[in-house]
Amino acid sequence: MTAKKDKIVEIEEAVVRFAGDSGDGMQLTGNLFSDSTAFAGNDFATFPDYPSEIRAPQGTVSGVSGFQIHFGHKNIHTTGDLADVLVAMNPASLKANLKWVKKDAIIITNSDEFTEKNLGKAGFDSNPLDDNSLTGHLLIKGPLNTLTKEAVKDLDLDNKSVLKSKNMFALGMIYYLFNRDYTKTFPFFEKKFKKNPLVVEANKKVLEAGFNYAETLEVFTNTYRIEKASLNKGHYRNVTGNLATAWGLLAASERSGHHIYLGSYPITPATDILQELSKHKQFTCITQQAEDEIAGVVSTIGGSFAGAMAVTTTSGPGLSLKSEAIGLAIITELPMVIVDVQRGGPSTGLPTKSEQSDLLQALYGRNGEAPCIVMAATSAADAFYSAYEAAKLAMEHMTPVILLTDGSIGNGSEVFKIPKVADLPEIHPPLAKANDPEYQAYKRDPKSLARQWAVAGTPGLRHRLGGLEKADITGNVSQEPLNHQIMTDLRQAKVDKVVDYIPELKIDGDDKGELLVVGWGSTYGVLLTAVEEMRAEGKSVSMTQFKHIMPLPKNVHEVFSGFKKIIVCENNMGQFANYLRMKHPEFKYEQYNKVQGLPFMVSELKTKFDTLLNE
Amino acid sequence: MEQKIEPQEIQLTKQDFESDQMVKWCPGCGDHAILKSVENVFPVVGQKMGYKKEDFVVVSGIGCSSRFPYYMNTYGIHGIHGRAAALAMGIKLTNPKLSVWMISGDGDSMAIGGNHFIHIARRNPDINYLMFNNKIYGLTKGQYSPTTPKGQKTKTSPQGTFETPFNPGELAIGARGKFFARVIDTNPKLMQKVFLEAALHHGTSIVEILQNCVIYNNKIHALITGRDTKDDNQLILEAGEPMLFGKDKSKGIILEGTRLKAVTIGENGITKDDILVHDPTTEDTGIHMMLASMAPPELPAALGVIRSVKAETLEDAIWNSVEHEKEVSPYKNVDDLLNSGNTWEIE
Repeated sequence: MTAKKDKIVEIEEAVVRFAGDSGDGMQLTGNLFSDSTAFAGNDFATFPDYPSEIRAPQGTVSGVSGFQIHFGHKNIHTTGDLADVLVAMNPASLKANLKWVKKDAIIITNSDEFTEKNLGKAGFDSNPLDDNSLTGHLLIKGPLNTLTKEAVKDLDLDNKSVLKSKNMFALGMIYYLFNRDYTKTFPFFEKKFKKNPLVVEANKKVLEAGFNYAETLEVFTNTYRIEKASLNKGHYRNVTGNLATAWGLLAASERSGHHIYLGSYPITPATDILQELSKHKQFTCITQQAEDEIAGVVSTIGGSFAGAMAVTTTSGPGLSLKSEAIGLAIITELPMVIVDVQRGGPSTGLPTKSEQSDLLQALYGRNGEAPCIVMAATSAADAFYSAYEAAKLAMEHMTPVILLTDGSIGNGSEVFKIPKVADLPEIHPPLAKANDPEYQAYKRDPKSLARQWAVAGTPGLRHRLGGLEKADITGNVSQEPLNHQIMTDLRQAKVDKVVDYIPELKIDGDDKGELLVVGWGSTYGVLLTAVEEMRAEGKSVSMTQFKHIMPLPKNVHEVFSGFKKIIVCENNMGQFANYLRMKHPEFKYEQYNKVQGLPFMVSELKTKFDTLLNE
Repeated sequence: MEQKIEPQEIQLTKQDFESDQMVKWCPGCGDHAILKSVENVFPVVGQKMGYKKEDFVVVSGIGCSSRFPYYMNTYGIHGIHGRAAALAMGIKLTNPKLSVWMISGDGDSMAIGGNHFIHIARRNPDINYLMFNNKIYGLTKGQYSPTTPKGQKTKTSPQGTFETPFNPGELAIGARGKFFARVIDTNPKLMQKVFLEAALHHGTSIVEILQNCVIYNNKIHALITGRDTKDDNQLILEAGEPMLFGKDKSKGIILEGTRLKAVTIGENGITKDDILVHDPTTEDTGIHMMLASMAPPELPAALGVIRSVKAETLEDAIWNSVEHEKEVSPYKNVDDLLNSGNTWEIE
């Protein structure tokens, strides 16, 4: 079931990109290959690249859907710069993806789709399969439609159903190339198409045919194998960032004993979290798809007042709509988690592309002096722990917490070591005791400055909250000038105090050197890869990644002081760099910014860092 | 699983709900009478439905009316403009055992909160929604609202408004609301009766209170409330009773063709038997919608419970689903979920 052993070459890592029309099933193909990669014991990270239209005009470049996987023997921190292997199911997908492949990449094409009409739709003047424009690549011209039909000719299936499985033919070829056992995918077909045994059979046959076809092709002189990754012992699975976010929230709910109330409105690329949480009523996870973003967040505040672990999920445009309500949660000092899965902006911007440009909105995008905790997840798997921590901080410190992820984290997937919920930190919200004669709505814990959570319905604690300024301690409405100063100071001080409850900043590399690379959130993997490669080349580069932004960890000054130069890299025009200039003006910050809806590439980062080192 | 609360021996009094905060509405404002009525009705609601004093939550948006929670000694939350319905829903869905009362005005509910108004009506959580309609913006000092009669001069419509106003009842019923009632701030007895019916109705109970803003829109409801005109311009509906009005109940409402018509008993051969009998429980919205639309001078304004139809509440549907999923879900805890699907072991 695997390829002949004499042709196998051991490699460290590889990047495969599946591309086709948005109806060609490329996301499924990619996900199945990811599962197979997991079985092979490799570490990996994936990223889908799809258009915001569900079915853009067939055969056009705007309708191309892609899925990239980077897998290897080493720890994999990125989804890979350029692909070693490209599967292009039609001319448009070849056109759209040629710039993402290595010069000597293997390109597998479905030659049946390279008709004059399709070439025209994709904007090719001549057929790239014949005009030598792909010289340097190992080009496979496979008539996948014909071969797929041939593979299932004995089955009583209509042409349309048959051609639906041509993606499995391509997958079979890739399985051969990487020495995978294709039978491991059979149970998936059996489950997915359990009502239609004929389709199960067809998919199995086509997958097998693809594998065998690749084996008989003379052009593959080698197949490849990647040793198992040196991951720590444990139980693993694949997660996307959105799934990990949802599960981190569920874990925090279970651990805190406060059921979730999620008020949310569908928005790309955050909707998956709402969808996932909607499935889990068995954990008393109450989800409400609201009539708009505002109702989503406001109902969440109601949930919080009634004692739920309150959550709302959104993306940048939705965060804009929620700003006024977040201010209400800040002045009422009710706990709430706001997840912002960032996308390219402004306005509708690039709904399916990733960006980090909501940072200042998260920090300051509200009327009045309205501080809240702001943090960012650093990878798909980290989204689990970040969501958990966001919920813990919100409830323990009685404040909204904005958790920033982004499209690359939300839709990207990586290997996740499954934790035990009991091993996660305990969560102890400052609940007011029933009939406590000492209870006052705005009396605070002297250490954290958090007020108590007196859940509506608790005997003996009736009180009123609201958006009007509150008197210190009693919480009655107050327009007193000095009181407003005191309360404004207290709200800021409460958030500042969180610094004592978050981890210090860590350095990857030496704590002294020429250049410190600074990032925040989702860029961690790619920055780390670039820095590790440069360190292997003997260069004096270290890095640090921020996960906590408001407040910043307490050792920023100490960490930054060890380096001659600091460069802040982010997928926006310098929002974090400017924030650092305000918070730590004692340092000079270089910037590297990219807003193309795409992650950084290791190569471009290294070029930039080299320039700085050589200046 | 319906969230049933058994009636119990709870002796609550009006004083249990009175706040120690100074009430800052203008002297003569209709809100004072509404506040008194609510304070009076809460002990009755508590007793009849088994709510303890800590089970009441009063929620509001923004506007004069929305200061209400501060003047009640209950759990209360004063929200942001137009969004009280969402706030109330979050509270009720989180803890269905609470008695949730929402206070709003015509600006808060019909303009900035119009979207939430129609959606709460269709979703039907068990919330008692009191909407004070004075047909003007009071707190911002006299601008026209979505219920201001067309042509009325206000600070922002010096030439008179150019807009057709909403009728809240039509909107509530049109949005598939199950309970709609209308009362006036000058009739505390009717207010208390209707507020109690609203509380007893399992679902969203929208009560429009025709309220007088003594400063910016004084006597806006004078035709309905005026001493000399009220008898001819008020139809106080009672379930199962003929729709009679007028000083000596000599007038009534009949259905002529597809329209309601005011008639006088004894004239043109009309007898009491010709008068429509009120049935608030019909699923069909036809007559309810027409009743909500009635307005002087052609027809009397309908007061009392216009529509009260039984239907599943949102929180019952959700919490029933929670109970069901707890039984059938393969995941007993989050660890089960984390370990579900494709997983693998690294030795």
